[in-house]
Order: sequence, then C-alpha cells, then structure tokens
Amino acid sequence: MTVAGLIFSNIHDSAIPELTAMRTMASVPFGCRYRLVDFPLSNMVNSGITKVGIITHNNYRSLMDHIGTGKDWDLARRSGGIKFLPPFITAYENAGSSTLYSTRLEALLGATNFISRCNEDYIVFSDCDVICNIDLSEVLEAHEQKGADLTIVTRSFAPSEAFHPEDMYEVKSDVDGRVTEVTGYAPKHRAVTVSSNIMVIRRTFLLGLLQEAMTRGYRDFYRDLVRKIVSKSRVYAYPYEGAFLQITSMESYYACSMRLLEQDVRKGLFNVRHRPVLTKVRNSAPTIYSANAKVSNSYVADGCIIEGTVENSIIFRGVKVGKGTVIRNSILLQDTYTGNNVELNCVITDKNVLIKDGRRLSGHESMPFYIGKGRMV
Amino acid sequence: MFRKKECVAMLLAGGQGSRLYALTEKTAKPAVSFGGKYRIIDFPLSNCINSGVDTVGVLTQYQPLVLNDYIGNGLPWDLDRANGGVKILPPYQGKNGADWYRGTANAIYQNMEFIKLYDPDYVLILSGDHIYSMDYAAMLDYHKKMNADCTIAVIEVPMEEASRFGILSTEEDGKIYKFSEKPKKPDSNKASMGIYIFNKDKLFEYLCADASDPDSANDFGKNIIPAMLSAGERMYAYPFAGYWKDVGTIDSLWEANMDLLGESPALSLNDEGWRIYSRHGASSPQFVGEDAKVVNSSVTQGCEIHGTVRNSVIGSGVRIMKGAVVEDSVIFDNVVIGEGAAVRYCMLDSSVTVGKGASVGVARDTACGITVLGNGVSVPEHAVIGDNAMISEWKGE
Repeated sequence: MTVAGLIFSNIHDSAIPELTAMRTMASVPFGCRYRLVDFPLSNMVNSGITKVGIITHNNYRSLMDHIGTGKDWDLARRSGGIKFLPPFITAYENAGSSTLYSTRLEALLGATNFISRCNEDYIVFSDCDVICNIDLSEVLEAHEQKGADLTIVTRSFAPSEAFHPEDMYEVKSDVDGRVTEVTGYAPKHRAVTVSSNIMVIRRTFLLGLLQEAMTRGYRDFYRDLVRKIVSKSRVYAYPYEGAFLQITSMESYYACSMRLLEQDVRKGLFNVRHRPVLTKVRNSAPTIYSANAKVSNSYVADGCIIEGTVENSIIFRGVKVGKGTVIRNSILLQDTYTGNNVELNCVITDKNVLIKDGRRLSGHESMPFYIGKGRMV
Repeated sequence: MFRKKECVAMLLAGGQGSRLYALTEKTAKPAVSFGGKYRIIDFPLSNCINSGVDTVGVLTQYQPLVLNDYIGNGLPWDLDRANGGVKILPPYQGKNGADWYRGTANAIYQNMEFIKLYDPDYVLILSGDHIYSMDYAAMLDYHKKMNADCTIAVIEVPMEEASRFGILSTEEDGKIYKFSEKPKKPDSNKASMGIYIFNKDKLFEYLCADASDPDSANDFGKNIIPAMLSAGERMYAYPFAGYWKDVGTIDSLWEANMDLLGESPALSLNDEGWRIYSRHGASSPQFVGEDAKVVNSSVTQGCEIHGTVRNSVIGSGVRIMKGAVVEDSVIFDNVVIGEGAAVRYCMLDSSVTVGKGASVGVARDTACGITVLGNGVSVPEHAVIGDNAMISEWKGE
C-alpha cells in the first residue's frame, strides 16, 4: 500500500480575511511557533507519507518561505518529497481559458497532472483549517479493510460543545460506517457529524471522477461528485475523536488559540508519542524571564524576552514584553515588540507589530482587537 | 581545483573532560549541554559557518556516540555541503597498524590527508570546550595582514588568574616572543584561547618533525608552538575582546550558564546577526501554569512549569510540578521534578527524575558546592541529597 498526500493551502482563506490578507490559510501562524500547514503535513509525515503535493492559489510566498526544501519535515527527497502545485497559467495564446480555480474540485482538476503521474495506490486529502493529530495509517487501514473507494474522516459535535462548526458538510452514515447522505448545511445547536475534509481516496478512482467532472463541467466536489457517488460507490466515514480544532472565523481563531491553554488539548495535539508536530526550525535562543516577570497560564515560544506580566496568553517566537507591561488574554504573533507600561487585553497582534510605551488596547473575547502586520501603535 | 578551500577548520573534540565527572560519563565534553538548548560544540561550529568557514573536520575519540549522532550530517549548522561541510574524523587503522590520537598535534598529523583533500592555504585549529562568539574571518585577515606563519588568539585575563593559562608575551606589534604554559610568575596577561591559524605548509612541516620525535607529547601547546617559536617563525597574537569561557569544570560550566541571566547578561544568545545553531527536535512551546512563578531564568521549548523557578537555566522538555522549587540550578533536557520537590544549587543532567517531596542540594549561600546528578539518575520520593554531591548512578537503598 503506497500513499501520496495532497494539501489544499488556500481553500478557507476567506474565513479569516485579516490574517490571510498577505498569506495563505496554510501559512497562518498558530500556537506560538507553528503555521497551520504544519498540522496536516506532520500528520502525513508521521504516517509514513513521503510524497506531498501542496495546491496553492495566491499569496503563497510566505508558505514557500516556511516550507523551503521541506527538510524540516524530512521531505527534502530525491524521490517524492514536497511538490508545490501552483496554478497553471500560461503566458501563451488562449491564456484566457486558464483562469484561477475557485472550488475544491477545480483545484483538484488543476492538479490532475500530479495525480496521474503519481504511482501510489491512494491519495490523502487535507485542508489547512483543521488542527488535529491523527494517525492516517489507521484511516488507510480502515479504508482498505472496508474496500472503500472514498473514506471521509468525520468529527461529531454534541449540541452543547462550545465550539460548533459552520459552513461544513454534514455526513450521515449507517451502523457499518457506510455513508448514506452528504448534505451541504449543518444547522447549529444540535448534535452533528461533519466532514473534516480529510479524506482517503483510491487514486485510479479519483482520476475517473476527475475525468467525469471534466467532461460534464462539474464545479463542486461535495455537491456534484460525492453526493452523486454515495449511492453507487463505497463511501465510508471514519470517526475521529482526538483533539480537534477548526478555524472558521477570526473569533474562532482566537478561541482555538485559547484552547491551547487547556491541558487535554495540548496533550492531544503536541504530546502524542512518536507523532510530533514538525515545523520550520528558527534557532531562537531560549526565552528569558527577567527578575520582574510574572507569567501564568500562558503558552510561550522560544526566543522571547519577558520583563512584564503575561496572563492567559499565547506568545510567539521573538516577542518582547516590556517592563510594567501587562498582557492579558492576548495572542502576540512573531516578533511583536511591546514597550514599557503597555496594557493589552483580548488583542491579536500580527507579525512585527510595535506597541509603544504606555499604550492601552482592549478588545473583547467575542471580538478580539486585531493589529495588522508591521503596524506601529 | 574543484575542492579548493582557502581555510579548513579542525575541531579537537576527543577530550574526555574528566573534570566534569558525572556529566561526561557517557558523552564527550563537547557534547555536554549548555544554556538549555545547546551543546558546547555548537559554539565553534556556529562560529565557523558564521565566519564563512564551511569545511570542518571534527576529531573524535572519547565516547563519540552522542557526539556523532548530534553532529550527523551537519544540517543544523548549514554544514551539510556537497563540497566541504562537517566531517567526523575518528582514529582509524592504517597500513602500519592502528593508533589512538596521542595528543592534539598527533590527531591533526593523522588527518593530514583529510586536509590535503581541500588543498587549503590555512588551517584553523579549534577546540570543543569553550563558550564564545568569534569571527574567525577577522582573525584570518589579521593572520594574512601580519604575513604570519602562525596566529594564536589571545584574551586578556586578570593578572592573578594568569597562572592558570598558557601565557603569551608579545612585542608591541603583536609578535610573540615567549610562550609559557601555566607559568608560576606570568609576565603577561595574554592567555592563549587554544585557537590557532597556521599556514598549511608550515603546519605540515612541524607536524611531521614532531611525529618523528619519540619523546614528544604530540601536543600543540607543549611541542609545536615552542618548536616554532625557537625556530624563529613569524608568530602573532590576535587580540580578542568579548565573552569567552573555558567550561572545563563543574563550577565554570555553572557560571557560564548563569552568565545568560540578569539585567544585562554577560552572554546573550539572541544576536540575530550571529546565531548560535543547535540540533533540536520539534517540541511544543513552553507552558507556564496558573500557579507557576518563573523569575530571572531561561526556559526552553517543550517545558511544562507549574512550580517555582528562580535564577535557573532550564533545558527543553523539562517538567516542573506543582509546589516544586528550582533555584540557582542548571537543568538539562527532559528532567522531571516531582510535586513539592526542592532543587537548589544543582546541575541535573538529561532525563534525571526527582521524586515527589525530594530535596536535592542546599541553598547557594550556605552550600559548599554544586550538587551534580548524572544522566538518568532517578531520585526516590522524599529522598534528601546534600550539597556538593556527585551522583552518576543511583543504586537505590
């Protein structure tokens, strides 16, 4: 059994327009030192997948910078490794017909070449809005065992769960796990099982589907393809129950980040045996806590200098917290610099933000105050 | 020639570091942890790549497993090169039998073929037991400017400590006229840092002569340098001003770690322009708990801190449980300190576990020495270990 991976880097960009103004969903910083692509990529590498295609659309310079040759994921390979699949736009005549894709299916059609040139038996899909630590080799095993054409990894939510999915595809299946119905809209506040968009598909089966989609002019992966094949092909659900976060909006980016302060979530994401989350190494020095530092219930990266107070916050690499400064319930992205006697509450600062002495800024948990990349306050 | 390099570095990393006792029981001294995230050898290796020296031979001998594994293909230091890069050079069996490296000069002598591969004009000799940031390119410029045969880096030390070092006496222009190893009455405070640049041909000439002398100790400081001096070769002292510390003893290793702390630390590793690189795994960020207190300390990725940490350097993946206190200590990676335990004025090697309520070491102002626990020592619950103790294995009750 051989497997290749396919990561969709841009598909959910519109969920958090502020953070994706200059980058892809895949390169959105998350959890002190990671970018969202680290999670699907690590899941694949940890499951023995050594050929991964990354489908890009626009704004992908930060993503290419982050991935580099792929050596931090041990994917700098002669055979396989990481392949970027940018949109294919030709400069020759009839360039007009090669427009940028706008849906998952169109993105896949653009990657047909990559898929048909693979010689692996299976392809694993993953998006970048989902944060989890899943053993894909188990999903593959289940896929083979059921003789499935397509396996969709699903996640169930209780009505009471604080985090509730939006704009997702609801998956209904029978007792055997065979999918009976895929519907487009999951109403809030009731128990629901949704697709995580992590899928395993037989490669030749996928090529057949793409061929059909091409000839019939299909546009939507779920609506035009999955819903149609459910009755005649073997589509199965694989319920995933581990730590799972999904970013659907700026508020949920904030809420998901804050959930890293819960021990169970940290354990489920980062302390799984033999399944580390890999990321680009930055070689920061350890973090220095000064004599007046007061830090509690916070997640801190290396390379910071903390001279003030930090509570319930997520602090990225290279952040400086000045003397007398109080940071509460906030997310400070890489290289944010706060001067002395600054007060922040429910603030998200993007990379390289400078906050001068004595500034006091506050948002609210339901609407965190976002400060754009490189801004000075 | 394709492989031609201007300068090749040879890093002497075979020393046992016997004065570090328990810390070098299973590893060579250059592989001993430093500053939470580093090992001593990261400093010369990072200095090399930052100075544009991209070909480094690492001479290993004593307990090389950890060191070999750590250096690997040299990727963390950008020394995984098609042409050059880092190469491990262990003692080997030759046509005329096998031999250990009998001294620093003999180790280089046995690897002259390695140096010849790159046909360098200059050879830079380094050792793996100092903590410092230094631009070797500036030293090489000085060497060329002075038209020297050999240049030795020197640092000014307090006169009263000079008798602990190899002391160089120089003329005004830096020309060395006298070298004395640990002199009782030093007439200069310029101490050799153990960093040499030689013209390759000159070096080879003296190495061959030294190798054929059966009475020689085959050592740079004892034989090669004095021989070159008495032959009247052009030898110059390159003055270095900056942080430099020999970490050959428990006390000096502890002090160098503490130099990372304080209001304006003597040693800062946060210099963007002169990164110290290290090989480290992918661990999660550090979590500081609700009741934790972390003051005047350096903490590395992967830690979970729920207790109190004061004036300490904490390595990666360390867990400090509720109510535990760590003070004036250097904690290497993956140490676990149980609930309510106290660790004072200690150095704990990798994977040490301190049981619940145990007490290791005593407060610094009353202790008569640092307590050291070796790799993997496991201290039972409520056990008490005093000051100045050195434990490399815990055999139980």
